[in-house]
Amino acid sequence: MNAHTVTQLINLLAALMLLIAFAMLSQRRILRLIHLFAAQGAVLTLNTLLVAIALGQSHLYFSVALNLVLKVLLLPWILHRLIDRLNLRWDVETLFNVPTIMLVGIVLVIVSFNLALPISQLAGTITGGTLGIAMASVLISFLMMITRRKAVAQVIGFLAMENGLFFAATSATYGMPMVVELGIALDVLVGTFIFGIFFFQIRETFDSLDIHHLERLKERE
Amino acid sequence: MTEALLVLALPLAGALILGLWGHRPWAAEANSSVSLLTFLAALALTAHVVSMGPLTLLSELLFVDAFNVFLVTLTAFVGFTTALFSRVYMRVEQERGKLSPARLRLFHGMYQLFLFTMLLALIANNIGILWVAMEAATLATVLLVSLYRTPAGVEAAWKYFILCGVGIAQALFGTILLYLAAERVLGAGGTALLWTHLNEVKGELEPTVLGIAFVFLLVGYGTKVGLAPLHNWLPDAHAEGPTPISAVLSGLLLNVALYAVVRNKVLVDGALGTHAAGNLMMGFGLLSVIVAAFFLSRQKDIKRLFAYSSIEHMGIATFAFGMGGPVASFAGLLHMTAHSLTKSAIFFAVGHAAQKTGTQVIEDIRGLIHVSPAVGWGLMLGSIAILGIPPFGVFASEFLILTTAMRDHPWATPILLLGLGVAFAVIFSRVQAMVFGETTAQPLPHPPALFPVFIHLALVLLLGLYIPPYLAAWYRQAAAMIG
Repeated sequence: MNAHTVTQLINLLAALMLLIAFAMLSQRRILRLIHLFAAQGAVLTLNTLLVAIALGQSHLYFSVALNLVLKVLLLPWILHRLIDRLNLRWDVETLFNVPTIMLVGIVLVIVSFNLALPISQLAGTITGGTLGIAMASVLISFLMMITRRKAVAQVIGFLAMENGLFFAATSATYGMPMVVELGIALDVLVGTFIFGIFFFQIRETFDSLDIHHLERLKERE
Repeated sequence: MTEALLVLALPLAGALILGLWGHRPWAAEANSSVSLLTFLAALALTAHVVSMGPLTLLSELLFVDAFNVFLVTLTAFVGFTTALFSRVYMRVEQERGKLSPARLRLFHGMYQLFLFTMLLALIANNIGILWVAMEAATLATVLLVSLYRTPAGVEAAWKYFILCGVGIAQALFGTILLYLAAERVLGAGGTALLWTHLNEVKGELEPTVLGIAFVFLLVGYGTKVGLAPLHNWLPDAHAEGPTPISAVLSGLLLNVALYAVVRNKVLVDGALGTHAAGNLMMGFGLLSVIVAAFFLSRQKDIKRLFAYSSIEHMGIATFAFGMGGPVASFAGLLHMTAHSLTKSAIFFAVGHAAQKTGTQVIEDIRGLIHVSPAVGWGLMLGSIAILGIPPFGVFASEFLILTTAMRDHPWATPILLLGLGVAFAVIFSRVQAMVFGETTAQPLPHPPALFPVFIHLALVLLLGLYIPPYLAAWYRQAAAMIG
């Protein structure tokens, strides 16, 4: 593959990444949200694989494997198990103002591209141009966490944000050093388990996984 | 060499044993003993660094210098005294039926794990590992905040998890950007995230990237420092978790997060060659002082009251590091130490006071001094110390910070003074009513653990009256490094 084709392919994957981020923002069904999350993990893995092949960076093969196991297989599997155990498989969330949320998302994309422009010029990597998209998917996942009322959806937003960060790391720098990547993966995995424990605690305490029950601790007048 | 490894290995081993073995009647004693051993190892490490100078080990993954070794000692010390306090406190909670043996096991295992992550964050040379350890610290404490499984506790823990998780994700983005800049100078691979290497080449790092990176790092780690406007998790987590956790969150976690900010600031300052990073920190610091002053007077819960006081003091310390220079950095370090010791002592006293009266509502806690003079005086003296009354150490550090601010940034002094004044008026009047007056308190089934309270206060008093020369030299070295 020549460099031009690789860059085109990487840009395509980056575009897919952004598309999935927007799809997650508007997806009401928990089950489809998990599918989207797994798809995002797959795009991320493909992107890393492509960079690894194009550059012959051997340590990237390791993070390809890590991504494949963790984000395409393990985390979606844990999430599937969780929604089964919690009987949320067919849960549909009511979302308000989807058009407004999408518009805010578009604004976020513009902001990130502006912010990333000077950095990607410096990056000088073949993936440098996608840094703006990485930043945009981090911010869109953040927006998703703010707008969702269900605990599971918030957590998927959180994990998607981590995907965005990983994408940023590969596009800006060809991946972090191995020891750091392992540490981050461990944190994400443990974090997901703790989120799982939390779902049961929340449901046990409030009989529901709706976050609006969790708004009692406020500053009282 | 071995000391540094022991400092990490002991709490990790303690976490595994206490967490996996199941609850045993001796778990609380084992918890204290492991913490004591960790503290002794930290002392040995300090002695080593003081006599031999900075050291790196494990192919440069770990790094100990004057700046972090004093925080390691402080962390291990507060970890030890809090373990002593929790021995009695958790026993009372268990006998009152608030906690099952399984929960106690979780508490002891996670407590040691938390100490491990704090110590790892401090002596990690790799700023990526520093991030991993900070995130792991959240993971270790989040289930402890919801230990009582009350609705408010679960809510506080969820908020803590989500807010700190989002915050720390920003810090990861900042770290990635920093790596991007470093990679161009140091080459890809292992050394580009090692602080010692970065420090040597900080002047060559790309300023634009580092400027943007620092914003993300400050917002990210600042969430964990409890800086406004991202401080929302802090009062809830402090109020709803068990008191030993409030003590270590205030006394250790906030300090270590601030340490992470300062470590990164050193690099950014070197690259930018301007005072931009410092200005940002001063802004966030002042904002935290103002926000805390506004919210302090509204608090009805004693632990929330002192949680807001923590926000205020971390704001002051951040402001001091933001000003920079030998005196302000010295004062910032002193303030971190004094605040950590005083605030954990206060939480120990508050914990016992709440157990005696069965409530955390300020208005229902009255006349502590009649039932238990020691708890009453502990709370009173602790509050006087945290309010910055001489001769305690907090006075010394605040005095240095205020005089430096007066000289370099006169406009900031009235804001700081106003914040301190409001805190004084609010906390002093509340605590006075709690300590004196008609009593509502009941004696406890076990004698309260007051040794930790008074040893902390004695140390703070010592810091205010007389800083031993070697300690002063050590602070000065660290301050010179921070710049």
